[in-house]
Amino acid sequence: MSASTDTINELTRKGYEYGFVTDIEQESAPPGLNEDTVRFISAKKEEPEWMLEWRLEAYRQWLEMASPNWAHVNYPPIDFQSISYYAAPKNQPKSLDEVDPKLLETYEKLGIPMHEREMLAGVAPEGRSNVAVDAVFDSVSVGTTYKDKLAEKGIIFCSMSEAVREHPELVKKYIGSVVPRGDNFFAALNSAVFSDGSFVYIPKGTRCPMELSTYFRMNAGHTGQFERTLIIADEGAYVSYLEGCTAPMRDENQLHAAVVELVAHKDAEIKYSTVQNWYPGDENGKGGIFNFVTKRGLCEGANSKISWTQVETGSAITWKYPSCVLRGDNSVGEFYSVAVTRGRQQADTGTKMIHMGKNTRSTIISKGISAGHGQQSYRGLVRVLPAASGARNYSQCDSMLIGDQCGAHTFPYIDAQHPSAQIEHEATTSRISEDQLFYCMQRGIGAEEAVSLIVNGFCKDVFKTLPMEFAVEAQKLLEVTLEDSVG
Amino acid sequence: MAMLEIKDLHAAVEGEEILKGINLTINAGEVHAIMGPNGSGKSTLSKVLAGHEGYEVTGGQVLFEGRDLLELAPEERAREGVFLGFQYPVEIPGVANTYFLKAAVNAIRKHRGESEIDAMEFLKLIRDRMKMVKMDEALFKRPVNEGFSGGEKKRNEIFQMAVLEPKLAILDETDSGLDIDALRSVSEGVNALRDPERSFLLITHYQRLLNYIQPDFVHVLVKGQIVKSGGKELAQELEQSGYALFEENAA
Repeated sequence: MSASTDTINELTRKGYEYGFVTDIEQESAPPGLNEDTVRFISAKKEEPEWMLEWRLEAYRQWLEMASPNWAHVNYPPIDFQSISYYAAPKNQPKSLDEVDPKLLETYEKLGIPMHEREMLAGVAPEGRSNVAVDAVFDSVSVGTTYKDKLAEKGIIFCSMSEAVREHPELVKKYIGSVVPRGDNFFAALNSAVFSDGSFVYIPKGTRCPMELSTYFRMNAGHTGQFERTLIIADEGAYVSYLEGCTAPMRDENQLHAAVVELVAHKDAEIKYSTVQNWYPGDENGKGGIFNFVTKRGLCEGANSKISWTQVETGSAITWKYPSCVLRGDNSVGEFYSVAVTRGRQQADTGTKMIHMGKNTRSTIISKGISAGHGQQSYRGLVRVLPAASGARNYSQCDSMLIGDQCGAHTFPYIDAQHPSAQIEHEATTSRISEDQLFYCMQRGIGAEEAVSLIVNGFCKDVFKTLPMEFAVEAQKLLEVTLEDSVG
Repeated sequence: MAMLEIKDLHAAVEGEEILKGINLTINAGEVHAIMGPNGSGKSTLSKVLAGHEGYEVTGGQVLFEGRDLLELAPEERAREGVFLGFQYPVEIPGVANTYFLKAAVNAIRKHRGESEIDAMEFLKLIRDRMKMVKMDEALFKRPVNEGFSGGEKKRNEIFQMAVLEPKLAILDETDSGLDIDALRSVSEGVNALRDPERSFLLITHYQRLLNYIQPDFVHVLVKGQIVKSGGKELAQELEQSGYALFEENAA
């Protein structure tokens, strides 16, 4: 129709930067899922018997369940027998020094620091923390940095597989305590076949001295990734954790079904940030990751706090609702989200805030941006249980539309069972108007820069909650993602 | 060479011809005022000159410093030195005024082959121009026009003009919606920017703006054509007689 509509259309067709494949010798399980698959994975990870039993029970529950269909997304039925549930590089390193150079190169290309030299050389300026990384490649963790340094403070940061072997008492106590095996279809599937993910334990009264992060990379074709992450902050502990995700461009749809559980004890705080950039498929919707994820945090003790921040720009389909169960009195739950859908991407995302304790508070800020033929839904539940006197919630859900082929939907659910509950919900939908674009252009600012400026302004409330390095990365990612949305 | 030469300009909006052969020449340092009743095509003229895509040029020519202006994209016109002060400046939520203006300044500098402005230099420029147009520093830190009153938005336009230092400033109904104090201070800002190298095209419905900004020439636009041109006394004449006389003649 008009020039800026053309620009907008182009801006939504940008290529994907991380779509390369690492050519490395891998071994994988043959496609298909049955009890033997579960046994195979458990054996590969040299797990104790109780872990295998736990998985098998999950598998049996999963068999009885049906794939959920209430989300506002469309996709063909997934053939769970055509997926391989395990893939790993053949040469498993024993330490960081032994990691295959090809893998190191891969993470270098992705901008992930897999070396500890910055801190070892002492160049990190005072007050600015380094980032410890656990790198997960398909089904296994290929390396974790700063483990020893963290261990000095009693902090455990390792892959889930290692935790099952080395810290069985902690894993046994907490796994499935926030997201039970039979919680939902995809959580049950994950519980049966979960491969790797990160395990974090911060002891009493300890403030984790650096950001912890896990970088998830899917490389193998015809394979699903089923990560499982468990983070426990003991009384008075603090941790900030980041996760990033990318995958090669493939014509097939690949399944990523993760479970993340957080437990914050009395006076503890967990800040969990995600920059999700799985391959979104091409402009016609071919290929891309199905990102079906269950993330939930339990504010177990009084005055505890869990904060989720997510920047979701990738995946063909996103289905995730990072939630907080506010059990401790005066506990606080937060959810900050920026989600972008373009091309043929679909996202149904939001949060659940379950108020159980007295004077619990929650905040929800959701910013959805749809461009191209993208479809996006915010779905959120605020529930105040009968014992939760003095509970408060504030929700703000804003949607921005770029172009006229996309859609934004909001499904807020509110269930207040205590008369003193205070719940506020605000929602807006706006369009990047041609007037805004023209205004910027009349000041000399090019169309692409103008769109990025307007979108960044729209997302500011969320970006300012991200750790500094991540905020910069998120802004850049948004620029790359929306580049060519105008032309 | 003239700063701006408009020759037999025709333009349409959604297929309806609004400008029906405009001729106008503006030299460097001159201040021209275009007056006309509602619907005469005043705002259309400003949008066409700035390159708004919703307006289709159906005939004629516009030269800016001898170059074909209509060939250029809107941002290129801006970088070349054409500034439009909007009648209804838009809000850009979450984007700080500073950030926005710095992006604009740098886009223009880049166009001229200059390096990006450094932070200190930018701050100095901003402070200087805020003083010049009596802009409140608090406004400058807020997001672009968000929650500004009508008067604050207009003042922000003048402030942006002061920072960007255009060669040609087109001010579209800058006086509309202003009370007398705001009108006076906005006008003072414009007067402070008058310069032998800078031209102004003031678009207004009312004569009162011209009490504060003395134009060199006044043109009466009716039904898409300039029906009369004269000196500043023409504005007073219009105030007495109204546009009715011209509208009859044009019909």
